Amino acid sequence: MAKVHVSTTVNGQPMDVLVEPNDSLLDTLRDGLGLTGTKEGCATGDCGACSVMLDGRLVCSCLVLGAEAEGKTIDTIEGVADGDGLHVIQQKFLEHAALQCGICTPGFIVAAKALLEKNPNPDETTIRYWLAGNLCRCTGYDKIVRAVQDAADELASPA
Amino acid sequence: MGDYAYAAPATVDSTVELLSSSANSGTRTQVLAGGTDVLVQMRSTDRGARLIVDIKQLAETNVLSVGEDEIYIGAAIPSAILNENAELKGLLPGLIESADLIGSTQIQGRASIGGNLCNSSPAGDTIPALIANSAVCHIVGADGERDVPVEDFVTGVGTNCMAPHEFLLGLRVPTPKGNTGDAYLRFIPRTEMDIAVAGAGVRLTLDDSGACTAARVGIGAVAPTALVVSEAADALIGTQVDDDALNAAADACSAAASPISDKRGTVEYRIKVVGVLCKRAGAIARDRAKA
Repeated sequence: MAKVHVSTTVNGQPMDVLVEPNDSLLDTLRDGLGLTGTKEGCATGDCGACSVMLDGRLVCSCLVLGAEAEGKTIDTIEGVADGDGLHVIQQKFLEHAALQCGICTPGFIVAAKALLEKNPNPDETTIRYWLAGNLCRCTGYDKIVRAVQDAADELASPA
Repeated sequence: MGDYAYAAPATVDSTVELLSSSANSGTRTQVLAGGTDVLVQMRSTDRGARLIVDIKQLAETNVLSVGEDEIYIGAAIPSAILNENAELKGLLPGLIESADLIGSTQIQGRASIGGNLCNSSPAGDTIPALIANSAVCHIVGADGERDVPVEDFVTGVGTNCMAPHEFLLGLRVPTPKGNTGDAYLRFIPRTEMDIAVAGAGVRLTLDDSGACTAARVGIGAVAPTALVVSEAADALIGTQVDDDALNAAADACSAAASPISDKRGTVEYRIKVVGVLCKRAGAIARDRAKA
């Protein structure tokens, strides 16, 4: 297969990568660029483990072709922390024990960050519906929702 | 068999040229919009190599305009953008809700009404709402442009009227005038993110006395394609859209349904529920028309 040359921006860094025409953006991130923070769960858009931001919009990277990233801006879990400093949402996931096995966590954090950037003060129903495309088989979701609520509170009035 | 290939042409003409030359040379092509159906099928039911033609770079498929007589929704516009458009949501709440019902936040960021229509599933949620709104498909191909009423677009399970050299540019929806309201309801066994067991879309217009002067009813997931039910519309026109009229429309929808039994519901259940959904959607459309 003729590979496709893709120039894209990932977490603020310009990047060039060769992709197979049928590679997903998830394949490109993990296998082409070595960014393995984004996880593959179902590969059919049901579980949200592969959530990334594409030109500022939350998407499942398994349902985007790598070739479609040409000229686009992508933000992944690797770009959420500031160096060694965790993002508030990451810190709150730790404090609330909002993860066990951790496979779903990068997707949840990327999705929760997108929510709080769009709506800094979401109620519980809004959080649950926004995150309904992210599946977690460990926590039962309650701790995740509490972590996101706590992160929203902290972002609104930093301690 | 050949290999996979990807192209994102910059113009409508070059897209049509590519689709035409591929059709002539026997190369399989597939048009890509949001990809939320295409990529799933590529990984599961249909892995065959093909040329993927991405139409999202075209200005024409990204047009979203609200005119006095016509609302134009480009085929590549994701549902999230429609849902963020307050003017559109005010004019066509039922159609926008039908798109908003599909999938998670992540899916909403990609999935388009045009793609939902071209996927041509019997259970596509936007199709009954498009039918209710008298939408027209704006198609372009080697023979130029043509318009097809949406109820004539889907020809069977997963098939539609477009030739291999054609693709959908966008959808034309008559701008609602006067006291007009639309609504779409579907039944699923959970609160969201599931495939419709049955669905019904209604758009109606009332005069100042509250009498219905125009109506369109579309139903989904109860036949190989979504259907326009003119008998249901006729049952509403000339009435105050009261319970008697809504019950008659519901009966007409149940009579028009020819569903299958599957894991989501039985024939008997779907026939009953599609009527109930028509009745409830009709009441919502009526109340929206009065508001």
